[in-house]
This record gives sequence, C-alpha cells and structure tokens, in this order.
Amino acid sequence: MLKLSWWKYLTMALLFYTLIVGLLSDVPRLDIVNESIRNLYFHVPMWFGMIIILLVSMVYAIKYLRSNQELHDIYAVEAANVGILFGILGLVTGMVWAQFTWGTFWHGDPKQNASAIALLIYLAYSVLRSSLEDEQQRAKISAVYNIFAFATLIPLLFILPRLTASMHPGNGGNPGFNSYDLDSRMRMVFYPAVIAWTLLGWWLVSLRVRFSKAKNQLRTEAHAAQSEQLIND
Amino acid sequence: MFEIQHLVLKEIKLEWRNRAALNGLLLYVVSSVWVVYLGFSLTVSALSPIIWNTVFWIILLFASVNSVAKSFLQESEGRVLYYYTLFSPQGIIFAKILYNTLLLLVVAFLGLFFYIVLMGNPVQDFPLFCVILALGALGFASTLTMVSGIAAKAQNSTTLMAVLSFPIILPMLLMLMRVSKNALDGLDRSLSTDEILTLLAMNLIVISVSYLLFPYLWRS
Repeated sequence: MLKLSWWKYLTMALLFYTLIVGLLSDVPRLDIVNESIRNLYFHVPMWFGMIIILLVSMVYAIKYLRSNQELHDIYAVEAANVGILFGILGLVTGMVWAQFTWGTFWHGDPKQNASAIALLIYLAYSVLRSSLEDEQQRAKISAVYNIFAFATLIPLLFILPRLTASMHPGNGGNPGFNSYDLDSRMRMVFYPAVIAWTLLGWWLVSLRVRFSKAKNQLRTEAHAAQSEQLIND
Repeated sequence: MFEIQHLVLKEIKLEWRNRAALNGLLLYVVSSVWVVYLGFSLTVSALSPIIWNTVFWIILLFASVNSVAKSFLQESEGRVLYYYTLFSPQGIIFAKILYNTLLLLVVAFLGLFFYIVLMGNPVQDFPLFCVILALGALGFASTLTMVSGIAAKAQNSTTLMAVLSFPIILPMLLMLMRVSKNALDGLDRSLSTDEILTLLAMNLIVISVSYLLFPYLWRS
C-alpha cells in the first residue's frame, strides 16, 4: 500500500470535492456567463496557485542566496517550472472562458497580456539557466534574476490592470467578485479549490525535486565509478 | 558618495577615450529614426499620434538595450577583480546606474530631436513629455543595468540581454507609453499624476532590489 503524508490525501479529497461539487452544485444564473461560471473553480484557483508557487520559488531563491545550499536552488527551479505549468493552464482555461463570454480567445485584456508577459519572464529564467555552465554560478545568478523578476512581476499583475480598462471583475470600475457573482454557495467550493490547486502545485514541486535529487545522485555516482575505473586502469 | 562620484567620472572618461562606441550608439539612434521615416515616407503627415508615440518608444527601447548592454560586457576580467578589491558593490551598481542614466538621457533627447525633425512634432504638452522621457531614461537605465550584469555572466549574452530584459521592462514601457500619450494629446496634467507616481514607484522598486541583489551577483 502506497504511503502518503496526510496533506496529499487532503489534496486528493479537495480536488475531487472541487470537481464533483463544482460541476454538480447549483450556481447563480447570470447573463452571458451562464454555466461557464463554473470555470471560476478552475481558472481563478490556477492563477492563485501560480502566484503562490512563484512566491515560493522566490523565497527559495532568497534562501539560496543566504545559505548556498544546492537543495534550495533545486526547489527554486522546480517551483518556477510548476509556476510556468500553472500559468499555461490558467491561460488556456481563461482563453476558453473568454471565447464563450467575450467572443474571442485572445481579447487583449490587460490581465491576459500581463499573464502572457509573466510567462515570458519565467521562460527567460529557464533560458538563462540553460546558458550558464558552472553549477554554482548558475544557481546564484538565476536566483538573482528570480528575485528581480518577481519584484517587477508584482506591479505587472496587480497594479497595471487596475489602472486600465479590463473586463475582469474588480478591474477598471467593474465590481469585484464579492458584490455579485460569488455568493456563499460558490465560496464553499472556491476556497477549497484554491487550497487544492496550490497543494497540488506543491506536490508536483516535491516530486520534481525528488527526481532532480535522484538524477544528481546518479550523476555523482557515475562520476565516482568512472574515476575509480580510471584509477584501476 | 565619493566612491560613486569617482566611478561615474571613470565611466565617462572611458567612454570619451573610446568614442567609437559612443558614436556608434548615437548613429544607431539616428539611423533607426531614418529607417522609420523612410518606411512611413509619404504618409508622415497622416501619422496618428498613437503610432508616432509607439514607434518612438520602440526605437528608444532598442537603443537603450544596445547602449546599456555593454556596461558590464566591456569590463575585462582583470579590471573587475581590481574593482573588487577597491570598491563596494553598492557603489559600483549606483555608479553604473547613474552613468547609464546620463547616457540614456543623451540618447533619448538626441533621438527625440531627430524624430521631431523628420516625423513632425504632434506633442502638445512638451515639458511634460520631456519629464516623462527623463523618467523613462532613469527607469530603463536602472532595469537594464542589473540585467546586463546578469547577462554578462552567461554565454551568448547579447541575445540573453534582450530575452531577459524585454519582459521585465514591459510594464514600465506600457506605463511610459500611456503617460506620453496623455502629453501628446495635451490632456490636463492632473490626469497623468497617477501614472507618474506609479513610474516613480517602479523605479524605486527596481533600484532598491538592484541595491540588495547586486552584491550577490558581484561575488560570483
């Protein structure tokens, strides 16, 4: 029997809850959005998850700069990778939603553009990593870029869309969630969904970290075996 | 303070001694303005303010990336070690930002001059436009200096410079385009204060983050 820690069971339970209750429960009838309002349980929590996971990545980058431990670097990278995955998922779910409510996949909404830029930043982060050879230098420099990028990401995601007209709720004079569509029944699913997607992200990160550690271990062992062979010869 | 002053003077001296780079840069701006002018050739008079504005900022963005990119690339290994023993990293990053700001101010205003000569001047609130341009030079300089420090450590750093800097400079660029559009249309200045404050805040974030992070970059 597979043994998992308690929070992994919690993740599974919450994800099933989100899926089942999210798709079966009653939702408010609103014009235009109609049934697609259920996407709120998937699209929005994915964004929350992305931002939280990217925040974790930045925290590990700071930790790396303070401690110089390789493990912290691995955490920072893998969290950034999962952040990219969540960003793509959030973008795709958002595009499908936009197609059915706003009429086009790419609406040029400030938040849509901002999230595309956010993805570009983290893709640039991986390009930077792959173009640095020395491992310690790579870890250090990419940690610096990670923190720098996150600092510029915040105005991008939170300040800019508020200043321009946007069709997202809560922006450009539109009322926020609280005032109309997020009634108490939806909250019952929405908040668990946020926790579920974030925990799933963290689960993915920990899996990827274990994979990386195993790969590093194998590589050092292979090196050791090789050098031993050379000595014996 | 003394240290920063010294370092800035040193940068200026170096630039002046090696005028090929500076001249190349200024020529870069002028020729890109020329290319744009010829591209639009007969329709310059029909150019809408929004296109005038966007094209101008894009020219400036590319010129800035090119001019700041060399600020760390041109330093030889030995010289970096020498600075390392003499100056604090904070002093170096401030001096570089300051110097790059000066450089970009020259580039921006020269670019603006040629742009106006060739493409006409639809700006209605010119003083405000100049203030925005100066803010833009400061913002570009501070962001790009840090990025060039990062890119200089890697291989194929010229490509990397663009890849790393474009996405993080975009929020600033969008803000700049918005306010300068206000200046272009001669809107009341009170409408632009919010954006200008946001721009100042962004500059402050970037500069303070550079101040905190550069020592780590420098040590590697």
